[in-house]
Amino acid sequence: MTAPSPDGYIGRSVPRREDRRLLLGDGSYVADLVLPGMVHAAFARSQLAHARIVSVDFARAMDEPGAAFALGGAELAGEMPPIGGMQVTAPKGWADRVDHRITLPPQNLMASDRVRYVGEAFAVVCADSRYAAEDAVEAIDAEFEPLAAVVDPEAAASPGAEIVHPDIGTNAVAELYVEKGDVAAAMAAAPHRVRRRFRHHRYAAMPLECRGVAAEYDRRTDSLTVWSSTQVVHWVRKELAFALGMAEEKIRVLAPDVGGGFGGKGHVYPEDLIIPYLARRIGRPVRWVEDRHEHILNAAHSRDNIHDAEIGFDDTGRILAFRDDFIVDSGAYSPVGAGVAYNTTAHLLGPYHVDNFAGGTAVVVTNKTPNAPYRGAGRPEAVQVTERLMDIVADTLGMEPAEVRLRNMIGPERMPYEVGLPYRDGVPMTYDSGDYPASLRRAIEEIGGVEAFRERQDKARAEGRYLGLGLGCYTEGTGVGPFEGATVKVDASGKIVVSTGACPIGQGHETVFAQVTADAWKVPIEDVVVLLADTSTLTMGYGSIASRSTVTSSAAIGDASDKVKAKVLAVAAALLEASEADLELRDGKVAVKGVPEMSVTLREVAAAAAPGWLSRRPEGSEAGLEATSYYEPPTVTWAYASNAAIVEVEPDTGRVLVERYVEVHDAGRLVNPGLADGQVKGGLVQGLGGALYESIEYDEAGQLLTGSFADYLLPTAAETPPIEVVHMETPTPLNPLGVKGLGEGGAIAPPVVIANAVTDALKPFGVEFNTLPIRWQDVRAAFDPAE
Amino acid sequence: MTAKRSVTVTVNGEARTGEAEPRMLLSDFLRETLGLTGTHVGCEHGICGACTVHVDGEAARSCLMLAVQADGAEIDTVEGLADGETLHRLQQLFSKHRALQCGFCTPGMLMTALDLVRHRPNLTEAEIRSGMAAVLCRCTGYEGIVHAVAEYASGGER
Repeated sequence: MTAPSPDGYIGRSVPRREDRRLLLGDGSYVADLVLPGMVHAAFARSQLAHARIVSVDFARAMDEPGAAFALGGAELAGEMPPIGGMQVTAPKGWADRVDHRITLPPQNLMASDRVRYVGEAFAVVCADSRYAAEDAVEAIDAEFEPLAAVVDPEAAASPGAEIVHPDIGTNAVAELYVEKGDVAAAMAAAPHRVRRRFRHHRYAAMPLECRGVAAEYDRRTDSLTVWSSTQVVHWVRKELAFALGMAEEKIRVLAPDVGGGFGGKGHVYPEDLIIPYLARRIGRPVRWVEDRHEHILNAAHSRDNIHDAEIGFDDTGRILAFRDDFIVDSGAYSPVGAGVAYNTTAHLLGPYHVDNFAGGTAVVVTNKTPNAPYRGAGRPEAVQVTERLMDIVADTLGMEPAEVRLRNMIGPERMPYEVGLPYRDGVPMTYDSGDYPASLRRAIEEIGGVEAFRERQDKARAEGRYLGLGLGCYTEGTGVGPFEGATVKVDASGKIVVSTGACPIGQGHETVFAQVTADAWKVPIEDVVVLLADTSTLTMGYGSIASRSTVTSSAAIGDASDKVKAKVLAVAAALLEASEADLELRDGKVAVKGVPEMSVTLREVAAAAAPGWLSRRPEGSEAGLEATSYYEPPTVTWAYASNAAIVEVEPDTGRVLVERYVEVHDAGRLVNPGLADGQVKGGLVQGLGGALYESIEYDEAGQLLTGSFADYLLPTAAETPPIEVVHMETPTPLNPLGVKGLGEGGAIAPPVVIANAVTDALKPFGVEFNTLPIRWQDVRAAFDPAE
Repeated sequence: MTAKRSVTVTVNGEARTGEAEPRMLLSDFLRETLGLTGTHVGCEHGICGACTVHVDGEAARSCLMLAVQADGAEIDTVEGLADGETLHRLQQLFSKHRALQCGFCTPGMLMTALDLVRHRPNLTEAEIRSGMAAVLCRCTGYEGIVHAVAEYASGGER
């Protein structure tokens, strides 16, 4: 029991509602669902990167014990449309300002005539158990005619390359260009210019729970219930209704407990549509639970960029011009369009003022697993480029990296600051609030100061030890639209019931939205019921992606609450024979200000507001205490952070030991500081994984080389260094609570911070780490180039 | 497939019998046959540790054992930790230190930590980090987990 406080719940580290069930083993994930008569689905997935499907024969598969149903991609393509190219709608403000050519390939739900990556499904089998289903998949006789695999994204975009989608005719399926100022002229006039190539490798969200979908069809009511391990239940319902030709209201999509997502479950996958289709087609509930190998093969990968960047600057380190041309290796399809690619462009300028800038992008398809947003969603790639360049500028001029950054940073006196580019929501980018230089100074102070470090570094070098300091700053657009919905009601028991489109994946949404609601209503938090990730509780919702839920759901809850509170006060005024203006909400009651004994409970108000013979609501007012709001944010609100890390590099092994890692993070007002801290720290460790351990690799034939946790290395408790997070709290003026998003931030900077730190440590050897991940082999080689 | 065999185990102090094909994993037997879905499966190749249970008092990855191998064994799972409505002290400490977010690795973390603390007195933080490296967590960054295990191991406040 958390006692109501006069100061409210927002800003307090209220314990999580979610913990008890999860600690007891009472959580319910998709793989835990058992539906009467259920069959288990298993997919047949391509073992070739690129091939024509010659034939698929299910005769032997259907002879396997327990096999119930089999379906190939060609038949399914006749039944269901390709998955929609989602998030590709370009808002006018964006389309008018950004040169673009976008021809995204449609993705059949399963491969029908051609497989385009190792792991692409071409058939599915349902059987009495998962063991039986996998046996049956093994018994499918499929014949393929191999085609040349397109693996290298630069070669893919070159003339003569094998074309992954012949209907499109080119592998460069999207091209974007945006400019501010005159970058060519400013670059030409700049006293100094440097050019570098940066590679940000392919890695992935890798939640501990793989994906899963279960579905049940009720023939009597012609309705579907679908459980998916997803971050976007309303989006799944929308696509399903379209694909199956059903009314949305006949489909209920729920996400039960979800074992992590990090963006990897943030779009609609083919299986989200295929499993419900199968349930309806065969008239039995169907459950599909991905295994880890399948997850690494088939769930979206991310990052995977090559950047060619040039920066022009003067003798004092002022940046005069910045141009970046980059390729995104999208894999075989582009499930969320060019949004991530443009996200990279929009985050290249970060906290710095630069008059002349250009970003050019080519999104290229290859025979690899599709690329989609993962925590950071295009930002780690951008920040790698900009923050490496800051260090390179400093090195060129013999300055401290911190000094170059501070010289170019946008000061708090310039807020709100117009960047001069559109955000992907079409609105001109405007940094709304914050103190970027203070953030960087704080990070440096927390790590012990630059001068003190340089002394230590010099002493260590004299002893043959190599220490490095790495910095990294970024800005992050959060709380993006287009909208989020919330329904708020006071039910007959007097409890406040809130539903919203947010889909929790471990962040603690139930707790956070209970805090927000309890404060809006001045009720004990125990009197708030929070319903999430269930389409039956809200007509339109969007979902938990893009660091947006605390911003957008809270605002929708606040707005819907205001509407219901107005009704509550009107009804209570009638009951108390008082003026509405003299009433206030207090501790689950409506009371006359200054006369607490003159009050009615919310339960009494709910009874009075109900329709029927006993209603006591004011004449002419509508019955019931319920309202829905759809919050459409004006644009994103900008979080930001500064990072500093000290590493030691071992000459003998090439190992990079992170001694300390500090992030000074500002996400505006924090609803639950403890949970915010957990989000940022968890993200930072994912970023360290990306910097040093995690890498998805393919060979020249497009075969995945990292298909298990023995090959794809996640950080464990043993490698994870102490992480220090300082929270600045500069509220945003853009929403009533002053909150900014913080789910992704942590993961953005560590790759470049570690790259900068390792480069700094190895400065005597003159090696730059511009390719990620930082592999021990490359570090080792830096010490002895002859090796 | 080879015919099913009868497997009897004592789970959380209660004798339970089920049928299992010889190839059936212990994790699937616990989850699918006995309905004990508190034990989670994150990789099915012995790396992630989410499926960790105790077999005859020792931590074991239930995805790397066959159900038939466990015939006659005593098995403890996350479902057996709480005393009625009262959470086990380690469970309470996990909540206190925010050692869980999505909760998927949590059962494996709890069972691994109990095994670690039982076998290794006077754990240092480095030993806790090394011991808990047996289980992957993708959400928390491990700090809360390490603190919870340290406080549990020390028997006092931290």
